[in-house]
Amino acid sequence: MSANKESWGSRVGLILAMAGNAVGLGNFLRFPVQAVQNGGGAFIIPYLICFLVMGIPLLWIEWSMGRFGGKHGHHSTPFIVDTMGKNRLWKYVGVFGIWTNIAVAAYYCYIESWTLSYVFHSVIGTFSGLDQEGVASFFGEYVSLGTSTLGVPYEPIVFYVICLLLNTWILSQGLASGVERVAKIGMPMLIIFGLFLAFRGVTLTAGENGAINDSSVGLNFLWTPNFDRLWSPTVWLAAAGQIFFTLSVGMGTVHCYASYVRGNDDIALNAMSAGWMNEFVEVVLGASILIPISIGYLGVDRVSEMVQSGGLGLAFQTLPYLFYQWGDLLGALSGVMWFGLLFFAGITSSLAMGTPWIGFLQDEFNWGRKSAAWSFGLFVFLLGMPTVLFFKYGVFDEYDYWAGTVSLVVFALFETILFSWVFGIRKGWREITSGSDIKVPNFYKFIIKFITPLLLLWVFLGSLFTPKGGDWGAAMIGPWVLDNSSIINKIKNVDLKEKLAAATDPAAIQLLENQIFFVNASRILLLAVWVALALLVYTAYKKRVREGRLN
Amino acid sequence: MNTSALIVMLTTITLVTGLMIFFFIKVMTTPPRPEPDSYLDNDDEPEHREPNK
Repeated sequence: MSANKESWGSRVGLILAMAGNAVGLGNFLRFPVQAVQNGGGAFIIPYLICFLVMGIPLLWIEWSMGRFGGKHGHHSTPFIVDTMGKNRLWKYVGVFGIWTNIAVAAYYCYIESWTLSYVFHSVIGTFSGLDQEGVASFFGEYVSLGTSTLGVPYEPIVFYVICLLLNTWILSQGLASGVERVAKIGMPMLIIFGLFLAFRGVTLTAGENGAINDSSVGLNFLWTPNFDRLWSPTVWLAAAGQIFFTLSVGMGTVHCYASYVRGNDDIALNAMSAGWMNEFVEVVLGASILIPISIGYLGVDRVSEMVQSGGLGLAFQTLPYLFYQWGDLLGALSGVMWFGLLFFAGITSSLAMGTPWIGFLQDEFNWGRKSAAWSFGLFVFLLGMPTVLFFKYGVFDEYDYWAGTVSLVVFALFETILFSWVFGIRKGWREITSGSDIKVPNFYKFIIKFITPLLLLWVFLGSLFTPKGGDWGAAMIGPWVLDNSSIINKIKNVDLKEKLAAATDPAAIQLLENQIFFVNASRILLLAVWVALALLVYTAYKKRVREGRLN
Repeated sequence: MNTSALIVMLTTITLVTGLMIFFFIKVMTTPPRPEPDSYLDNDDEPEHREPNK
């Protein structure tokens, strides 16, 4: 018998935990940047359409798969998917639902530890009096494990360990007493902090506190629709990708949380409530902070240039400086709120990443909650240290690409096919609607069976064969030249090799050679972890056979 | 703000906030199911009261 007898404390707690799982750093850092780069206000049209035809169906699929698996005593994806398809290989597809979480947690907890550290530095006033270059160089020193302003050797590692210990301890307290309790505190705090900063973001006035633009300039920049961009497949691909990553689907965490819901209880309304809560945080709060405040102080041209490298730079290297334009007290307070909300967004997601591994060990090997939680902490620490120590060689980005991007699409594609075509849409629909507190529109049966898998296939193929510069029109009529961001060119390290061929400085050549080594080493490590987990699943399967516990 | 940006922003914010509130209120106002349900609050089952034991 499984040692896993846990339950959620309350329905609201479950919804907040699910919303917390979905709400992550990307809501505040990725969404506004994607919107700016992909048609401004017009981005919201493909974004919401993708939410309706891909996001909501995937939420329903994963919630119902989880609840279905839970009825059979499974709380992690290998054996949840195993119960839905006759082919015994399905459980190895389910390995992605554990592997992704461990690999993502390894680097995600590192960013989470930055937010914890920046909360601390905001409180003690480290950024007070620093100019923008000073704040940027603080970040550079921090991630390269340079000199600590606190005098603590290897400060980032200390914060990383503290962050992991905190996650592990909360996980060891159980579902209701740990994960749910944090969600019940973290989500309201996140929304309160977000509302405060959003209010500041949309009420900036040029000439006050050093602002050079009204907030309307930033909001225009973000929301002015460029409808011509709607014809670009790149924009639709970006919208589909954003919906995908923001909902934390394709990871196995939703399945795991939902596996603790009983068969007669609602999942359709719960999924909608958690899903729309995530959208509120992303579209309403996420869009009102980073871009309007940055443009208010730095101007459109500078921010346009900075967003090319993503939102992390703005968040950690620029905002702490900009907050201090509001005065020392408000600057420190805003820093605490900004990094505090990022921390809550991060920890509610990283806790979710721990639960599939814990559920797996409890179900299959009768581990207790506490020992399973501590084993997760140790596993993540060992796998995460390369991202900390070799950050400048691209190990962090490599984990993010394979575990945090490609793997999600692959697993979601497989699970959708399994649910709609192997398990069958008739049985699947019954699972979605069973116990439902809302009327699920019937046309979703068609969407789940045809539209969602096709859209996912398109996202996957679009990432595999991305044409150069995202120019699909040119690729269709001429030779199909792959972009360096395509999966195929990523595997071949084309970008790094081109840079190496063009480099003349011996130091730059050495750095690039090191990067290629570390990138390849990261892939081998991630692959080895996947194989080890697959072997563990095989061992669990053999154990089930011996004990006569096969479904 | 320019008119088109304002229209897109307000429409989106109203829609997203409205639906978030609607579904959350729906959850809050739906009567709980008879026990045993999935949740520990008001639970009669002793084994569910102490989930970590």
